[in-house]
Amino acid sequence: MSFPDPIAVFRTEAAELLEQIEAGLLDLNVNLGDKDQVDAVFRGLHTLKGSGAMFGFDALAAFTHHCETAFDRVRKGEVPATQELVTAVLEAKDHMRALVDTPNGDHEATGEALLANLRAAVDGANSPGAASPAKAAPGRSHFKIRFSLPQNAMANGTNPLPLLDELRELGECKIVANRSAIPSLELLAPTDLYISWEVELLTTQPRSAIDDVFIFVMDEMQLDVVTVEPPLAAGTPGKTETASTEAGPAAAPVAPPAPIAPAPVDAKQKKTAENVRVPAEKLDELMDRVGELVIAQSRLSQLAGGSGDLQLRAVSEDVERLSGELRDTMMVLRMVPVTQLFGRFRRLVHDLAHETGKTIELLTEGETTEVDKSVIERLADPLVHLVRNSCDHGLETPEERRAAGKPEAGHILLSARQQAGEVIITIKDDGRGINKERVRAKAESSGLIAPNANLTDQELYQLIFQPGFSTAQTVTNLSGRGVGMDVVKRTIDALRGTINVTSHVGKGSEISLAIPLTLAIIDGLLVRVGDGRYVIPLSAVEECLELPIEEDMRSRGRSFISLRDSLVPFLRLRDLFRTGTKPDPFQKVVVVSTGSERVGLVVDQIIGDHQTVIKGMSKLHHDVATFSGATILGDGDVALILDVGHLVAEGQQQEAHLRAAG
Amino acid sequence: MNEAVRKISENLWGGRDELEVLTFDIAGEMFALEAVSVQEILDLLPETMVPGAKAFVGSVINFRGKVIPLADIRLAFGMEATKPTIDSRIIVIAINIGGEPVLAGIRTDKVHEVTTLLRAAGEPPPSVGMRWRPDFIDCLVKRGAEFIILPNLQAIFSAQHDRSATGASHG
Repeated sequence: MSFPDPIAVFRTEAAELLEQIEAGLLDLNVNLGDKDQVDAVFRGLHTLKGSGAMFGFDALAAFTHHCETAFDRVRKGEVPATQELVTAVLEAKDHMRALVDTPNGDHEATGEALLANLRAAVDGANSPGAASPAKAAPGRSHFKIRFSLPQNAMANGTNPLPLLDELRELGECKIVANRSAIPSLELLAPTDLYISWEVELLTTQPRSAIDDVFIFVMDEMQLDVVTVEPPLAAGTPGKTETASTEAGPAAAPVAPPAPIAPAPVDAKQKKTAENVRVPAEKLDELMDRVGELVIAQSRLSQLAGGSGDLQLRAVSEDVERLSGELRDTMMVLRMVPVTQLFGRFRRLVHDLAHETGKTIELLTEGETTEVDKSVIERLADPLVHLVRNSCDHGLETPEERRAAGKPEAGHILLSARQQAGEVIITIKDDGRGINKERVRAKAESSGLIAPNANLTDQELYQLIFQPGFSTAQTVTNLSGRGVGMDVVKRTIDALRGTINVTSHVGKGSEISLAIPLTLAIIDGLLVRVGDGRYVIPLSAVEECLELPIEEDMRSRGRSFISLRDSLVPFLRLRDLFRTGTKPDPFQKVVVVSTGSERVGLVVDQIIGDHQTVIKGMSKLHHDVATFSGATILGDGDVALILDVGHLVAEGQQQEAHLRAAG
Repeated sequence: MNEAVRKISENLWGGRDELEVLTFDIAGEMFALEAVSVQEILDLLPETMVPGAKAFVGSVINFRGKVIPLADIRLAFGMEATKPTIDSRIIVIAINIGGEPVLAGIRTDKVHEVTTLLRAAGEPPPSVGMRWRPDFIDCLVKRGAEFIILPNLQAIFSAQHDRSATGASHG
């Protein structure tokens, strides 16, 4: 097992930092006075700079430094946070991403331009002449600071000396080292820190400036700051100043008693310590093992059930319970909240608003809804298309909106919720809605539907997901090329999901994506056809019924059953799979829906519900489109999972052949 | 003879003079596969037919929780099907198809042993006197009065793979 490439680790970390920075900036954009966000962004930039330099991303470090400086000034209150500044830093952030991805690329010109922007933004905001912080020094305050770092602080890379220097920069300073904890030489560990400090500080800076000095070690240290009201001000300043401490830190280790060392762990730190980063493929491996365990377990319980041995049965039941729990835990491990996914859209919408000149507010709901990680990754692209589409086509310009009597700002609501094994993601806008007539006209002119075809609204809306379909009169940078919506459809199909569109002209549209929570496990209906057992995805199943004998007998010529007054065509899987066995006397029909169509699948026996781990088909079987995968049953046999869409298509082809032959 | 040796497929021997192989019987002929490509030898397992798949890989088996195709080499060589016996085994091998390693099972009538074959005893497939496609055979190795066939699984599986791919595009 090799260590992960440090550069790759840095890239992952940088990507996360950049995401945090972006989120912070966007929050800040909404509420410019939010001090916490300023701090968060600053911290993010600072860390990025630091680790960038550490891993040799010098260009990144240098560039980030400027942004950090700008934010530092905001943080200190020298410069107010402005929208211009946020925008400038957002753009700079993209540049940082480029610097992370291609550190050797030619970025200088872009970088310079961005920095010029940034400077302009800072200077523009800087009118009140806040430049020199030290000058307006009416009230100096006197602080008594006592602080200690954990014993292992130096081993972890914290050096107390710069902290002291920073304190000195704040004002007149008297620093005393407390060396009482230093042990005798033989007990002294050279890398440990045994000294704590007491500092008297006379400064014009507010209390928060002191906290800022310790901002990066705050979580691990003990810090007491006491404000002393009157005395020292006039008295002692200069002379005591250097009676300090330098004797200590670097060479100054300490003893076991270390009363100061284990600083109370605050909640925040505890939380980070509980997170472990694991590569996704390891989780997949684990998932495979768990799947195998579940299968082995069900064989065990079959054996145990068949034997009279009570002890064996007890053990088997234990194993069954444990492996079931293990599987549930495993599923939870793969789940991540959609927050991450939604986060990206804030930026997208921010940019789109700029590009289109519209005012757009993005609202999100249900960010804590959890979805399988692989699903989240694959959802990103389709959602980008849908959100773009809403911004570009759905929402009107402010003028149009005013004319229509709507608030000037368009709203896009992105929401997620769970519903019975599926996650429903909805993109809703309050724009102009889908113009049905235009969709129809366009579909007719491009030959997708027959003129005057009788379509339900839903069928009509589904047309917008056809390749090359766009009702936009003009092609813009954003959308309108008719590329994209079909990608959405394809991706959602591949995720075994469905798309539902509702729209009201003048009021807006809503597109819902219903997607299974996980790709690794499927709820299926286990059926038998001839000697083979097959799984039909339960999400496609509408109902099961018995094939009436008279229909069975006469269905040489036609294969329809009438189901509550509508005709449902059916396919005999026995014929399709050429089982060559004698049919069961009472054939069953499983009615499945494939998008708009309902089709009956005739099987010999319906065995029942089956929740199952999906296994991919081998490459050697990629030509067999009828099956989307396979699964292993309780007795160790393999059952194939039907791909209903392809199955129906195949059935139609076979029938066409038969007609042609007959 | 020297000339013949030179023509033996290099991708199998790779410059070596000896080869560790696993020998087994299919339909009365003795075959051998390089031992390192063999993952496991299994008793016969329940097979699941894959309707619509090519007969050569017409079924799948559960190999320790993985679903892998079961290949029938007899079909590639146009041999008669034989009834499973008490000696029948499945050899699980890893082969490279289109750049990706793929596990597959091969049905055999009897597995013999791991043995060492000498390159000097090898001959390229004869160009006449054989019903089998010459490109499906890497070489023949003489042992006593018999020949051991070293099949070129890459070629066999790729041929099936390609054929099925084109078949799909027609259908």
